Amino acid sequence: MCDQTFVAITFGPCDNCAKTKPLMNIYLNNEVINYCSLCVELMACQGLEKGETVAKLKKETEALKVKLEVERNKLHDTELHKLAEKVEAVGQLNIRARRVLKGHANKVLCMDWCTDKRRLVSSSQDGKLIVWDAFTTNKEHAVSMPSTWVMACAYSPSGCAVAAGGLDNKCSVYPLSLDKNENLAAKRKPVAMHTNYVSHCTFTNSDLQVLTSSGDGTCALWDVESAQLLQSFHSHTADVLSLDMGPSETSNTFVSGGCDKKAKLWDMRSGQNVQSFETHESDVNCVKFYPNGDAFATASDDATCRFFDLRADREVAVFSKDSVMFGASSVDFSLSGRLLFAGYNDYTINIWDVLKAERVSILFGHDNRVSTVRVSPDGSAFCSASWDNTLRVWA
Amino acid sequence: MSNNSANSNLVTAQKAVKQLRLEASVRRIKVSQAAADLKTFCLQNAHKDPLLMGVPSSDNPFRPPKSCALF
Repeated sequence: MCDQTFVAITFGPCDNCAKTKPLMNIYLNNEVINYCSLCVELMACQGLEKGETVAKLKKETEALKVKLEVERNKLHDTELHKLAEKVEAVGQLNIRARRVLKGHANKVLCMDWCTDKRRLVSSSQDGKLIVWDAFTTNKEHAVSMPSTWVMACAYSPSGCAVAAGGLDNKCSVYPLSLDKNENLAAKRKPVAMHTNYVSHCTFTNSDLQVLTSSGDGTCALWDVESAQLLQSFHSHTADVLSLDMGPSETSNTFVSGGCDKKAKLWDMRSGQNVQSFETHESDVNCVKFYPNGDAFATASDDATCRFFDLRADREVAVFSKDSVMFGASSVDFSLSGRLLFAGYNDYTINIWDVLKAERVSILFGHDNRVSTVRVSPDGSAFCSASWDNTLRVWA
Repeated sequence: MSNNSANSNLVTAQKAVKQLRLEASVRRIKVSQAAADLKTFCLQNAHKDPLLMGVPSSDNPFRPPKSCALF
């Protein structure tokens, strides 16, 4: 189902330097070029000698941007919603708030589901991290963090640890123990160190690595055991607010969104920014991959959510309505990708039909901004976290 | 001082040009093909999607069946 075909790695002799290395498959003028990453760098640098003036380079930048637009528009032969006209509309959805999780003393800023589809972790402005059992609404663990405004939290794939970070500029990993009396705060392990707040964190496919995004404009990949920086990702020109890893177990890419209005796709191994999308009119608050890994959605302060396809390299849908005037803070897809759940600053959650770009339903229930929306791993429910100090599980 | 900032401007501009050249060389497919694939994926997996299809109360742990036995 999740066939991440985007960055395929072939190993072989480079067309340029003839050394046997991992090759980057790129296309120039519609011809396949198999260069190793060193030759790609050299080719891209051709003509960039010391003599170049900044003005000349700026002109070239503008010319390249125009060329990029032209190339993208050449392939723009139809719209997603036009193709989906014949598709049956989504029926009446019977989604209601089934659980309300109360316990935080202040705004709930982030939450994440455990892979067991039943537990979830939430972090709040009061500096606490709570692990809940969503079926029974019991709190299983409560950890006090050293700083308030814990903006990011994530559950590890094994369910044995949680990672959290925020205004302390760090992301720390807490191993969860079955012993209720154990002081979890004492076992805290700082893993990531940024020069500004940590806006988002996630474990990669295992418990051993954590990917973080920060207000310092960078994303970084860290090794949990040694707390070493494995790779850093520089390209955003402002705070990076969100990131999401590719859904496949073998994927090596992730997408990030930031205050520079851009969403970027990265290759984790090389640290390279592979693709960049700039159609939003304001900060991109959240990015989420489509379940098959070939597309992603973004939520932004410009009150729209947008859908970008990676293989077509462009935006393919915009989810907006005149009556929706408040910024969207978070998005997530349902299991099949047909529904997009988006949390807004006007306290509501809108459900959009991805194929037809129409709103299917609007959910009320929170008394303050919705900060995070996440669908459970088996798609049977989704949870929303809000500034009204509660979390709601909808099914 | 001014030399340094001139150099760093140059470096930034060079990086921008390099990045855009790389982005321009990415392989793209037609929107019609990409959209068709997205549509196929959606429709193929629609029946497995509990939030879309709705599951009977007995299967979904979050929806308690109408009668709640409290023993």
